[in-house]
Amino acid sequence: MKKIIWLIPLLIGLPALSQAARDEYAWNNELKEEFFAGKKIIESNDVIDIEVPYRAEDPALVPLKIISKIPQTKDRYIKRILMVVDKNPYPFVGEFEFTPQSGKADLAMRVRVNTYSFVRAIAELNDGSLHMAKQFVKASGGCSAPIGADLDAAMKRLGKMKFKFGDDLQIGKPSQAQLLISHPNITGMQMDQVTRFVKKSHFMDKLTVTYNNKPVLTAKTDIAISADPNFRFYFIPEGKGELKAEFSDISCETPTSRKVCKSISSYSKSQTITP
Amino acid sequence: MKKTLSILFIIFYASYGWTRPLSVDEVAPGIFVHFGKHQLPDTINHGAIANIGFIIGKRCVAVIDTGGNPDEGRALREAIRKQTDKSVCYVINTHVHPDHIYGNSAFKQDKPRFIGHHNLARAINSRASFYIARAPEQLGINLTEADLVVPDKGVKKHLVIDIGDRKLMLTAHPTAHTDNDLTVYDQQTDTMWLSDLLFLEHIPIIDGSLKGWIAVMERLGKKSYQRVIPGHGPLVTHWPEAMQAQHTYLNVLLKEIRIFIKQGGFLEDAVTRIGYSQKNKWHLFDDFHKKNVTTSFAELEWED
Repeated sequence: MKKIIWLIPLLIGLPALSQAARDEYAWNNELKEEFFAGKKIIESNDVIDIEVPYRAEDPALVPLKIISKIPQTKDRYIKRILMVVDKNPYPFVGEFEFTPQSGKADLAMRVRVNTYSFVRAIAELNDGSLHMAKQFVKASGGCSAPIGADLDAAMKRLGKMKFKFGDDLQIGKPSQAQLLISHPNITGMQMDQVTRFVKKSHFMDKLTVTYNNKPVLTAKTDIAISADPNFRFYFIPEGKGELKAEFSDISCETPTSRKVCKSISSYSKSQTITP
Repeated sequence: MKKTLSILFIIFYASYGWTRPLSVDEVAPGIFVHFGKHQLPDTINHGAIANIGFIIGKRCVAVIDTGGNPDEGRALREAIRKQTDKSVCYVINTHVHPDHIYGNSAFKQDKPRFIGHHNLARAINSRASFYIARAPEQLGINLTEADLVVPDKGVKKHLVIDIGDRKLMLTAHPTAHTDNDLTVYDQQTDTMWLSDLLFLEHIPIIDGSLKGWIAVMERLGKKSYQRVIPGHGPLVTHWPEAMQAQHTYLNVLLKEIRIFIKQGGFLEDAVTRIGYSQKNKWHLFDDFHKKNVTTSFAELEWED
């Protein structure tokens, strides 16, 4: 009997422990309020879904896919998607705006995940309704992980951009494009233990992709985007046209506040498309 | 009960440090190597998994890598004391990885010169806080800043050091396994200490540049050495044949990822499809292969 009494706190404790690893405390008590104060969020996979590996092979480079379940029509479309990693030191990953011209609000990118955490995407439709999808990811150290293996090569390439397309570019149909951006996207969490010098954050903060001068993808991004940001998105080719990407980068005083930042530069790249 | 006792015993030993000297083999006259085991660094082995050792000259001793934790460094120091009274005048770190440098602090009392690749100091500095923060959870050890000793001499290209009628030629390589790989060549015995530029049995880990590593290997493969000491795996007496497995693995990655990218494939699919023909040839394949593909993919997508 004594043994059983001993077991009781253990049995109560265990589920609590396992929940601790998967808790949504930060989301429910802070983040939701911060980003969507007073708004109703529908949790479902009917509008968007997230695909992400359950165990991150490289926490600084976690491939993440958002799959839209509704077409982008003039009457009903996904207006923006906000991405959050609950337990990252700076949970905001990015905010991505779409238009009916996007064709499809699918999006793939690579992110940093610092610890076991939920990754969530909240889609806002043009009618103002909010729809959330989430996935749990096991990762460790994605934000504080050392700057890329070959920093010299990375700094030399900084600002370079490249578009890539599949074989399925079709006039009038949503077609996928990939944008590769060369940028170390320094988090500002990599401290020099010897000199006590903190390598300041230096990351892409704004990205705009236009097709024939009309916005296809507009994004606000942050340090949770992996080094060498890589995005896949859709647009609708209308014959010969120009796809153009522009981004800017900034540096902030601390990794977890955006109050004191200074802009560094801006970069652009255009490419003519002939489907 | 027996189990509890033995665990207590282990805890007792772990907390009081190893006083026992590390086991070493004399692979050539005056060259001693401790051969590590093919394991993931964890809280049981405390990161002591790499090949480390020392070379004794007429005047003094050069340590080559110090182990995966300060205790292993101390045990290596004991192993040296067993062989010679000569002092340790150089501690050479072949690259930044924890299993090769965490024993450095054990040698501070000997006041040696710490030598590494000219990029090593930067690599240690940028990783230090990360490494220190993760050591308790990952390795079951507590590290402080004092344990991460930055080299006082960085090698740009070549450096010859003399430990008393014995010249060691140190070479800093371009980015390969890491961006701070340094090798040590002993002229007297024609022995090349390649450290982690060569993995045998244990899957190679790419933390620098896939293409860079292949290039460095091809250059080294043209040379002849009587023996080669890898960072992980047994002593090599047939060079360059011994590097074939690693050469194949890296080239399979290069070839398959290039094709995959050209065909419009994406990273998340590459990690589940590429390189699996090599799976049975390596220990710890499941632990590092996907990471290797990820790192290589990110490198190769910027090729054209």
